[in-house]
Amino acid sequence: MKQTKLFSYEDKDTIIHRLSGLTKLICFLLLTFAAMFTYDIRVLALLTLFSLFIARISQLSFRRYRIVIIYLVVFMLFNFILNFIFAPNYGVELFGTRHELFTFTTGYVLTVEQLFYQLCKIVKYISIMPLGLLFFATIEPSEFASSLNGIKVPYKACTVFSLALRYFPDIQRDYTNISLAQQARGVDTSKKASLKNRIRNNAKILLPLIFSTLDRVELITNAMELRGYGKYKQRTWYSRRPLMRNDYLAIALCVLIFIAVLVMRFAVTKSMFYNPFI
Amino acid sequence: MKEPIIEFKDFTFRYEAQKQPTLKHIDLTINKGEKVLIVGLSGSGKSTIGNCLNGLIPFVYGGDMSGSLKIKGRETRELSIPELSKTVGTVLQDADGQFVGLNVGEDIAFSLENDNVELSAMKKAVTKMAKLVDMEAYLEQSPLELSGGQKQRVALAGVLVDDVDILLFDEPLANLDPATGKTAIDLIDQIQKTTGSTVIIIEHRLEDVLYRPVDRIILIDEGRVVADAAPDQLLASDILIQKGIREPLYLSACKFAGINIKEQMHPSVITALQLSVSDKDRLRRWAIAHQVNPALHLKELLKGEKLHFSYDGKKTIINDVTFMIKSGEMLAIIGKNGAGKSTLAKLLVGFEKEDQGDILLGGRSIKEDSIFERGQKIGIVLQNPNQMICNTMIFDEVAYGLRNAKIDEKEVKERVYEALKICGLYEFRNWPISALSYGQKKRVTIASILVMKPQIMILDEPTAGQDYRHYTEIMDFLEKLNKGGQTIVMITHDMHLMLEYCDRCLTLVDGQIYFEGMPSKVLVDEKITLKANLKKTSLYDLALMIDMEPEAFTQSYINAERSMRHETD
Amino acid sequence: MNKKIFSTKTIVATALGAALFLVLFYFVKVPSPVPNTNIQLAYGITTFFGALFGPVAGFLIGFVGHALNDFIAGYGIWWSWVIASGVAGLFSGLAFFTTDLEHGQKPGASYYLFNVIGQALAWIVVAPILDILMFSEPANTVFVQGAAAFIANTITALVVGTVICYAYASTRSSKRSLDKE
Ligand SMILES: Nc1ncnc2c1ncn2[C@@H]1O[C@H](COP(=O)(O)OP(=O)(O)OP(=O)(O)O)[C@@H](O)[C@H]1O
Ligand SMILES: Nc1ncnc2c1ncn2[C@@H]1O[C@H](COP(=O)(O)OP(=O)(O)OP(=O)(O)O)[C@@H](O)[C@H]1O
Ligand SMILES: [Mg+2]
Ligand SMILES: [Mg+2]
Repeated sequence: MKQTKLFSYEDKDTIIHRLSGLTKLICFLLLTFAAMFTYDIRVLALLTLFSLFIARISQLSFRRYRIVIIYLVVFMLFNFILNFIFAPNYGVELFGTRHELFTFTTGYVLTVEQLFYQLCKIVKYISIMPLGLLFFATIEPSEFASSLNGIKVPYKACTVFSLALRYFPDIQRDYTNISLAQQARGVDTSKKASLKNRIRNNAKILLPLIFSTLDRVELITNAMELRGYGKYKQRTWYSRRPLMRNDYLAIALCVLIFIAVLVMRFAVTKSMFYNPFI
Repeated sequence: MKEPIIEFKDFTFRYEAQKQPTLKHIDLTINKGEKVLIVGLSGSGKSTIGNCLNGLIPFVYGGDMSGSLKIKGRETRELSIPELSKTVGTVLQDADGQFVGLNVGEDIAFSLENDNVELSAMKKAVTKMAKLVDMEAYLEQSPLELSGGQKQRVALAGVLVDDVDILLFDEPLANLDPATGKTAIDLIDQIQKTTGSTVIIIEHRLEDVLYRPVDRIILIDEGRVVADAAPDQLLASDILIQKGIREPLYLSACKFAGINIKEQMHPSVITALQLSVSDKDRLRRWAIAHQVNPALHLKELLKGEKLHFSYDGKKTIINDVTFMIKSGEMLAIIGKNGAGKSTLAKLLVGFEKEDQGDILLGGRSIKEDSIFERGQKIGIVLQNPNQMICNTMIFDEVAYGLRNAKIDEKEVKERVYEALKICGLYEFRNWPISALSYGQKKRVTIASILVMKPQIMILDEPTAGQDYRHYTEIMDFLEKLNKGGQTIVMITHDMHLMLEYCDRCLTLVDGQIYFEGMPSKVLVDEKITLKANLKKTSLYDLALMIDMEPEAFTQSYINAERSMRHETD
Repeated sequence: MNKKIFSTKTIVATALGAALFLVLFYFVKVPSPVPNTNIQLAYGITTFFGALFGPVAGFLIGFVGHALNDFIAGYGIWWSWVIASGVAGLFSGLAFFTTDLEHGQKPGASYYLFNVIGQALAWIVVAPILDILMFSEPANTVFVQGAAAFIANTITALVVGTVICYAYASTRSSKRSLDKE
């Protein structure tokens, strides 16, 4: 079985890649929160364009994300339909006007408001989604924990992230070995077995996996204690890149965007949605 | 001039969960700059001593402690793990568990990070240490891309950055191929010389450690120090054998020939070993007397034809491999770390699917068989028994494969009892598996494969990390199975094992078969040993010493050893 | 004995628990009777590790496991559900104070209670409310989704988690009684 890579990190040398991990994390969070705070379709569209632009200059290959994108389109379609079924009048409630387009049955009337609301929602997803892709494609895994610590997440919590990344492949290998050894002795976890057997057989793989993981926990704990982990309230990070001029510029830019979005939201439109109907 | 750095005085320790103390009245002094080797049976308390030194006892593993243990003149119980870690650096047995960073540089820096060393100083220290262990070209590499030996180097560097006075190695050689093991011992030696630190090595592979001189050997038995002497003195006595520790091969050969080993002969190093003219003569006569070449006329059982395999479609792991396994033989697969031995075994049992080539069992292609169908013909015992055991009771575990094949319960019972008897586990049939030792668990997994009556049984590293007594137990048991007609394939780094038990060996080098033939031929051929990261045995040197052909001499040793073993049966 | 909730061991256990969570999430697909849905054994990991290592571990395994899971999938992080997973784990971890799993005690009533409360809070309260706050989702959609998630997750978390807890507890007890030799 192939080893799954946890991060989709692409090792390239672009202006984005050269930024410190801390910068990337701060910008990622600022932009994500900016996109979360608003439903203004104009702002969201601009944000989306901005992240596509960043994706461009960091030379991301879109082809690698085909499957993810297909998955997302399916998810959004599903959500779109579900939304309509559960709350066909939500748009009308939100925008306060009612322009009917088409009547399915009583109670299910398609309105322009509803369509607009659902369009906003899709744009919102689309504006948030590439940020995550971008972030994980450009941040080096080993910089991740130190960056989290850089935004004042306690370092012990950061270690959880880096250790999880470190040992994921090992545990995956354990799982493969255990599962294959069981299959060789005739354990059937496929659809052919009855549901009860399927659950039981899977649990049989689970137990050795958990016990071997607990053994590892003991070993790694000892190794870390012996090298002085957790001695002080603080620690330094070997993989942290110091902030340079470009880092400050990038952070400043994202702070500006964040403030601009807030200003739009609270001072200009004064509501979550941009309302074209009044 | 001798300045004690570690002093045990009437030291006793009992783990919380244990009834009896594990260490009993230890009196032991180790001086500054000394290099000592600790040996003993599995479970005798060697790692426990190590844990007392680095502070895991009593700060992580609680229990009753009496007597005194001083390191650099201070009682350990009044210190803490972080304080002790500045004095005692521990390199643990499992290089994977020790490697906590996402890449080499980060791992070496780990203890500096915890010490709040600032970035530029940290980079400097890491580069310096990486240079010392010859890993500076790999600072960006992730652990998945390193071999076992390289991980060990990283672990060493990670401990050395702290500038410790005492270096403690708990089984540094387990899982390393012979040549890498040799390099590791060299590296330890070199580092001790440059830093002047005190070195303590815990290891089962006595001969491999003695490749570089040590000052003293300490023998632990059931929690007591039973011997503490210079290597020459200890090897001249019989105490190691009595306590179940394996002595070096060349000494076994000398003893077989009836030579009386004395301290003055410098028995601890083969190159310094002094044999009188009459001793040499004796050895030569003994060797000639045992010179019969075994004739093997076995017929082919399994054949691999032009196998190719790659995990990722880029790097070829198995490259055009053609070989056969003969019915009823005991075959060893050897080669350096990462050569593709385990991968080849996985192809045979169908865990991985070959990209090209064919596998024929008794002339029939088994390419299309499912994993389970193959599992009934070719059984595999993984290295780690904990990855195979999935039931709580011994009987159920052994019966598991049969029950899955829907064999009726009466026959299941018969076959399981039979397998348990062969494996010496019949008395334990109603025990929970959690009550067994590691070696016993290993036998349970062998039984659980044996019970399916496979035509071929593959074992990955059957004896890694086992002491000589358990090693002999497992190997004699496998040999008995083999004599009963069972075809056995073993993947191993243990050259003693190959020499003493196997009829033939396959040597893999970078995914290709480099040599296929008799074990006595492999270890005397410079070209093969170099290519496959093997190591000439001490028998080679001994043969040269008495002007004999190394290959013939090795074969004599094998013959003599086997007939000795069978006499005592 | 002192029960530490933020020791090095807890941190390591949390990290490996999260990695295990991910591995199971990705590779162990037990098809369920409902078409196109799988029984997620992974949820049992939070329950078990929480009970063994405490609420901090429980919270972080749920949170980190779910967040990393969203990373691999590639679609940004679904914060509302990630936080809800953390909350469920936090409650699983309360059982740590009432059940001495480490020394072979089997899970009791409090263990079930904490888990059910935690799951309810996570999926019927936290996740939907965060969805409404962040995405202005219509309330009835998210509550229906939440209720469905509550039922599915509670069943798997409890069934799988309890099986593991029992198996673990039984190895602990027999070891102590047989340690003499
Ligand atoms: N954490 C622990 N709690 C209770 N008992 C323990 C613990 N660790 C070790 N023991 C017991 O102490 C004894 C000695 O163990 P130790 O690990 O020191 O052996 P060893 O000589 O290093 O063996 P090996 O060669 O197999 O590594 C064993 O019987 C073991 O069961
Ligand atoms: N599941 C896997 N996915 C990708 N690469 C793998 C996998 N397993 C092993 N490899 C790679 O294949 C090569 C051969 O590995 P293999 O385990 O067969 O070596 P080996 O000869 O058994 O070594 P050792 O003596 O250290 O056990 C190595 O380079 C290893 O990194
Ligand atoms: Mg040990
Ligand atoms: Mg191998």
